[in-house]
Amino acid sequence: MTRLSRGTLVIDVERCKGCELCIDACKPGVLAMTNERRNDMGYLYPELTPGCTACHACALICPDFVFQVWRYDEPVAAGDALR
Amino acid sequence: MSGIVDTSAAPTRPARLVDDFAPPLILPGAHKLCAGCGEPAAIRSVVEMIDELGLTNRAVGVFGIGCYTSFSPGMDVEVLQALHGRAPSLATGLKRVQPQSIVFTIQGDGDMVNEGLQEAIHTAARGENVTCIMLNNGVFGETGGHMTATTVLGQRTKNSLEGRDPKKHGYPIRMAEMLAPLDGVAYVARGATNNAGNIFQLRKMLRSAFNAQAAGLGFSFVEILTMCPTGWFIQTGEAPDYLEDKLQGFHKLGVIKDTAGEPAA
Amino acid sequence: MKPELLEGSEAIARAMISAGCRFFAGYPMTPFTEVLEGMAEHLPEVGGTCVNAESELEAIGMAWGAAAGGVRAATGSVGQGLSLMQESIAELCFARVPLVVLNMARGQGDYFQATRGGGHGDYRTVVLAPADLSEAVELVQLAFDIADRWRNPVMFMGDYYLAHVVEAVDTGPLPFPPLPAKDWALDGSTSGTGKARIVSPIMPTKRDASRFIEYGEYLEGIGDRMAELAAGVEPRFEQGGCEDADYVVVAYGTPGRIVRYVAEKMRRDGAKVGFFRPISLYPFPAEALVAATRSAQTIGVYELNAGQMIDDVRLSVGDRRIEFIGGISFDDSGFGIAPELTPARVEARIGAAMAPAIAENAA
Repeated sequence: MTRLSRGTLVIDVERCKGCELCIDACKPGVLAMTNERRNDMGYLYPELTPGCTACHACALICPDFVFQVWRYDEPVAAGDALR
Repeated sequence: MSGIVDTSAAPTRPARLVDDFAPPLILPGAHKLCAGCGEPAAIRSVVEMIDELGLTNRAVGVFGIGCYTSFSPGMDVEVLQALHGRAPSLATGLKRVQPQSIVFTIQGDGDMVNEGLQEAIHTAARGENVTCIMLNNGVFGETGGHMTATTVLGQRTKNSLEGRDPKKHGYPIRMAEMLAPLDGVAYVARGATNNAGNIFQLRKMLRSAFNAQAAGLGFSFVEILTMCPTGWFIQTGEAPDYLEDKLQGFHKLGVIKDTAGEPAA
Repeated sequence: MKPELLEGSEAIARAMISAGCRFFAGYPMTPFTEVLEGMAEHLPEVGGTCVNAESELEAIGMAWGAAAGGVRAATGSVGQGLSLMQESIAELCFARVPLVVLNMARGQGDYFQATRGGGHGDYRTVVLAPADLSEAVELVQLAFDIADRWRNPVMFMGDYYLAHVVEAVDTGPLPFPPLPAKDWALDGSTSGTGKARIVSPIMPTKRDASRFIEYGEYLEGIGDRMAELAAGVEPRFEQGGCEDADYVVVAYGTPGRIVRYVAEKMRRDGAKVGFFRPISLYPFPAEALVAATRSAQTIGVYELNAGQMIDDVRLSVGDRRIEFIGGISFDDSGFGIAPELTPARVEARIGAAMAPAIAENAA
């Protein structure tokens, strides 16, 4: 079953300091930290999976202003080619 | 298909921007605050609400001394830098001579309740038409995590390693409850930045506080519980729960006084 | 304005208002209290604000905020109350905020506090010390001008006598050369423009300024700025009878007025005595003092304390015969009324000090 995304993010991974506040803050639970990939500062950073609702909780709680939050005009099914 | 969404650039499908990286009035670039710090979310909400209310080109922030001080050059808001504990007096003087300005203070609990308790009380008692904002993480963060007058019983800090003990360290102060009964005080609330729900509530409180100032109703005060994993000696991910478990039980969230609108919850 | 018979504190308050002071905050303390009374009464008459501060800390804090708002502001106290304000005075200098601070001192024991400062760091404040009320109402206006011109705190050194003497004085506004606009002051209007102003003793620039000045660099620049202040503010003094004097008495403030009177009288009676009265205690009129004491065999320093200004005299004139002929003198009120400060006693002291020299010359 494909999840619908009502919103999406742009994540400035180089600014992230790996605090993981966004992971818990995300209501749909669609953010997860990388396992191995790190940014130039050496931190793990968050990645997005389908199901974002554009609630912007991540952006509100992030201490480092890592997130740009977008709401799609039409919800997007996961697996669709376009961003 | 890994299921990871491409978040490297803006969407190509039709979409509206909900939140930009740097909110209005926050200048882009790194700040010096720790990973997991709850203060940026608080300060961001403060300036966003000022902007939302259309008060931007009247706003002046009077900063105390603490971690948040290093944030002041990163805001496109006029800043008057005060000494530790002294922001309410500077805010008073500025507001008296520039009454059309919207004057707010940003102070930590150590700054306001330790060093500057007298000034805060007098500014509130006189009903000075300013908004004092206290970032309360229950520690002196900038010095590395030391006990303040708001540190809760049992909370461990670098100079109360065994946990705050009333026999040795005395009892903490609830600042919001202490200011609320004063006649000159129009609005008092306590919020937190440990989860999105609390941040949404906090933003309502900040709007009410700034509206109270804009309407000339008197002194407004918003206390904001913030995470300090560094000063609490815990992992960043544990800080939101620590705030709820340790601090919030004593420093309760909610609107405590609102002379303009709904009665206190 | 016509001269009016006024009590000192009232005259000083009116002169401050003539200078454009529109904000004052203070805490009652003898002999400063009546200045606060005067400002509380008269500032509202001109649309200004006077706040009865709950402590000296709040007084200087409020005055700092008002000055940052671009308004001519002042505060004051007595030495003991100024002790509480020292941190703020130092940081006002670092923050480049103009402020006039009055010390209606009890006696002359606050010279070190005023000129060396009880605050931290490499700050200086200009210090002006009038001898009488007509000088006071001019110098307090000059204080606002210097404060604005240099964006630095300026201290006005008064005392109990000045506060309570009644003299005929003109407290009308004095003319000064034009000053630049206060384009650094805060009122909220530059917020959100990308060029929001900041008034700070720590970081005077915003992060996106063309050149961001970090704290270390800013602290290091203070020395240069203080050197410019020292060189740029004109030292003020008064002297008489020094050209051929055997003995020159150095004194400031109210004692300076008594010493002037006594020295002129002794001169008329044939003694080769001169007087030198520093009016700016900082910058101290060192060059002028050196010139004035060229012919003197001995320099006597008369001050009502245990010896403070005498350090600046020594620093100025170097290896000369300098003696302290003052002393702490208080009546039981402790407010700085000095039993020693009568012309007869001052003349006796100077006469006694000069006696060995006279005997030497006679021999």
